[in-house]
Amino acid sequence: MKKLLSFVLFFLVGSSLYAGGYRVSIQGQKQLAMGHTGVAVISSAESVFFNPASISFLDGKMNFSLGASGIIGETRYENKAYGIAENTDNPLGTPFNLYATYKANDWLSFGLGVYTPYGSSVEWEKDWAGSHLVNDISLKAIFVQPTVALKISEHFSVGGGAIYANGSVEFNKNLNRNLTDINGNRTNVTIEEKGISAWGYTFGIMLKPIEKLNIGFNYRSKLNMVVEGGAADFENVPNSLPGDFSDTTFDAELPMPAEITMGLSYEFCEKFLFAFDYNFTKWSQYENLTVTFNNSAGISSNPRNYKDAETFRLGLQYKAFDKITLRTGIYFDESPVQDGYFAPETPRNDSVGYTGGLSYKINDKLSIDASFLYLHFDEIENSYDHYQENGQNVPFSGTYKSTVFSPGLGLSYRL
Amino acid sequence: MKNFKYITLMALGLIACEPELENSIEDAGFYSAGTADFSRFVSVGNSLTAGYADGTVYLEGQKYSYPNILADKFSHVGGGLFTQPLVNDNLGGLTLGGNPIPGFDTRLVLTGDPLGPENLSGTPATEVSNILAGPFSNVGVPGAKSFHLLSNSYGNISGVPAATANPYFVRMASSPSATMLGDAVAQNPTFFSLWIGNNDILSFATSGGVGVDQTGNPDPATYGSNDITDPMVFHGTYDALLSGLTANGAKGVVMNLPSVTSIPYFTTVPYAPLSPADPNFGPQIPTLNGIFSQLNGVYAFLGAPERSIVFSQTSASPVVIFDENLADLSTDITATFLGNPAFVPFVQSLGLPGAAAPLVANLLGTTYGQSRQATANDLLVLPSSSIIGTVNLDVAAALELQGLPAAMAAQFATEGVTLPLEDKWVLTAIETNMVATAQTAYNNSIDMLASANNDVVLIDVKAAMEQLANGGLSSSGVTITDDYATGGGFSLDGVHPTARGYAFIANIILERINEEFNATIPVTNTGNYPTAYIN
Repeated sequence: MKKLLSFVLFFLVGSSLYAGGYRVSIQGQKQLAMGHTGVAVISSAESVFFNPASISFLDGKMNFSLGASGIIGETRYENKAYGIAENTDNPLGTPFNLYATYKANDWLSFGLGVYTPYGSSVEWEKDWAGSHLVNDISLKAIFVQPTVALKISEHFSVGGGAIYANGSVEFNKNLNRNLTDINGNRTNVTIEEKGISAWGYTFGIMLKPIEKLNIGFNYRSKLNMVVEGGAADFENVPNSLPGDFSDTTFDAELPMPAEITMGLSYEFCEKFLFAFDYNFTKWSQYENLTVTFNNSAGISSNPRNYKDAETFRLGLQYKAFDKITLRTGIYFDESPVQDGYFAPETPRNDSVGYTGGLSYKINDKLSIDASFLYLHFDEIENSYDHYQENGQNVPFSGTYKSTVFSPGLGLSYRL
Repeated sequence: MKNFKYITLMALGLIACEPELENSIEDAGFYSAGTADFSRFVSVGNSLTAGYADGTVYLEGQKYSYPNILADKFSHVGGGLFTQPLVNDNLGGLTLGGNPIPGFDTRLVLTGDPLGPENLSGTPATEVSNILAGPFSNVGVPGAKSFHLLSNSYGNISGVPAATANPYFVRMASSPSATMLGDAVAQNPTFFSLWIGNNDILSFATSGGVGVDQTGNPDPATYGSNDITDPMVFHGTYDALLSGLTANGAKGVVMNLPSVTSIPYFTTVPYAPLSPADPNFGPQIPTLNGIFSQLNGVYAFLGAPERSIVFSQTSASPVVIFDENLADLSTDITATFLGNPAFVPFVQSLGLPGAAAPLVANLLGTTYGQSRQATANDLLVLPSSSIIGTVNLDVAAALELQGLPAAMAAQFATEGVTLPLEDKWVLTAIETNMVATAQTAYNNSIDMLASANNDVVLIDVKAAMEQLANGGLSSSGVTITDDYATGGGFSLDGVHPTARGYAFIANIILERINEEFNATIPVTNTGNYPTAYIN
């Protein structure tokens, strides 16, 4: 019977904590409506995020922007060989943002941003076919960014700031594909931690070489979210299972990778503004998700092997009327997830975002900003090949199709 | 106006939010039933059809019965509701009038450290007199032999105490005089599965061959529960079953019978388990060999030296077994001992008075008159593992009564060492042959009768089971073998498959259905099915 030990001890392998590619690019209603361009756009307090340098060139003594979106996302999974079809039942995602800028004098400006660039909520039906990889996951992170910008000349400014992030994670998966208690309840683990903090920074450069043309550059550093001593709750563990699978603590870390954005904006025909952003995200910093449990579950090593990813964004703004500004945009978002690493907690392949929106000027100071985003994913056949049982890779494959729709609303105020 | 456009766009976006695949498995016609019709699927058989595992029927086991797994896949191609006579819990066992029915134990699970099989404790909650309202698509009755499917007394509750009826059928039968076949046919099946005949040989085998081979006896009413069914009876019964099930044009699959001797129940306990390294056994070997050398001399004298009993000091030795097929030498042995002048001193050397010589000679004669050490061709049944090397208290008490001192009585009542293992613990080579002969005859009948009907497809489960013992079966990242408890294929009773084992069987059937009926039914992911349960 001792042989049994080997088959039960090998089961805690292969899974993931976070949605890796789940960078949520909704950091301002105005800019989102323009395809989430903005590194070279000087328009509102949203620039605190998009390029801290550009707050130097904002009109007015003080600028405020606040906004929130609802993310309605759903993924369908099908496996033809086994006749399995599942849909996620994701809770509504609610990214929000809050920005303020203050022009102290002609060359010195301050800013503050609070925003949620990372987050993921994926909820599959409990004990579904991929439950050994994920049942449900919820990742939230709030970034707070105090900012300072210096106008070097009428053509050039720099800016930057520290970033403080505070996040939480909750993640549940089954321990393997088949272990249950004697009543058939699947053995599973939930890891949970709140108040995970990390520090990073951002800086930007804004160039205005000629009138109507802006060129911007922004760098955001990697933030490493480190969990030490989070709560790991093991459920439905058979009493006689060899080893200790009682509730314990876990350690893990997850990088929120560095990114570089550069772009330009150009005003034409008086009422039009065109913007282009190129973004490069160093996703290769996310190689492996290692979760260390302080019981017999031990170390769970989950290869992610993300690749660096690029995003191309185009945006257009049209001041249609005195009170109404229309915006639209499109972007191509390359997925960092490589073939064979396509896990159902991040069912994210390349996508194309279609955006639109408008601002309605209530008076000279206040306007309402509305935006929407439709993120189109092609149907994709892919698999996660790095889940192991008994030292053998057991692929989880199928056809995925995701859609994301996100309407948002905000306010801008200028003093 | 602008607002209206915006709202329209938003609504369009919301609709587009429902992700749909271009070719979804839920599209009509994605999978095909081919030439078969699965709208009313009925499954007929024994424990293997009922989802029996770990020594009983329990809810989780029923969920993973092979026909229930099939029905789940058939639902993609027009399969209808599949009903099963569910028991009350995951404990297993049965009661009649509130009292547990002997022989219907609770479920085996792995427990303890180190892990070992043990029955769950508790009182069964499934009361046989609580007759369920059917009909049930799963007409699988644990313990049923072929001819039971035609018996109109098999579901009569009054026959349960005398074992002429089967409590599992009693609780699901449409009436006390219903037959299993009748209840199946009454559902007017469009597709059926039939897997029957296993128990016609299995009960003989699992009982260590204590029954009788009834080949040549055409009257099943005269059979004992552990007998081998006459192959002619089997043939006639199977013909009737197939005729009944196909009468309305139903198509179906039939499974042949795996070798009962390739299951862990017979292959787990080694024939030579007596290790000199065992502190309870090793130190006694010189004494035992000293005593048995006297007996071996008598065997040689009587011309039966092959019955000699010798325990090796260096390697594990075979157990001593009773073999009913050996000539009975009891009186010859006794007489030979008594005629030997050296016998009285030998008896005295054991610490007994010389006057005990006739008693000892008689004991040796009766105990070893039909015994020998086991060979690789003898199969020890799984439950023998718990008695080999233990003292048979009944025998020890009897020896004491005859005048042996307690210590010596115990020494001469050690199972498999000084006390030959009873018939029920061992399936000897001769008995194994009887089983194999009947199995071959049954399988020939199944093959013949199935191939006579174009709508019936034979599934070669026998070949698949042989694969289990020969490297195992693999799919979806898992391999199952015939290793007891750890192999993943067999449940803890050593006879019936695990849920995963049933899933493999279901896949074998589905693949054949796809081939033979031109269907495209999805299979099942065997890696997601449980194996042995740990408490």
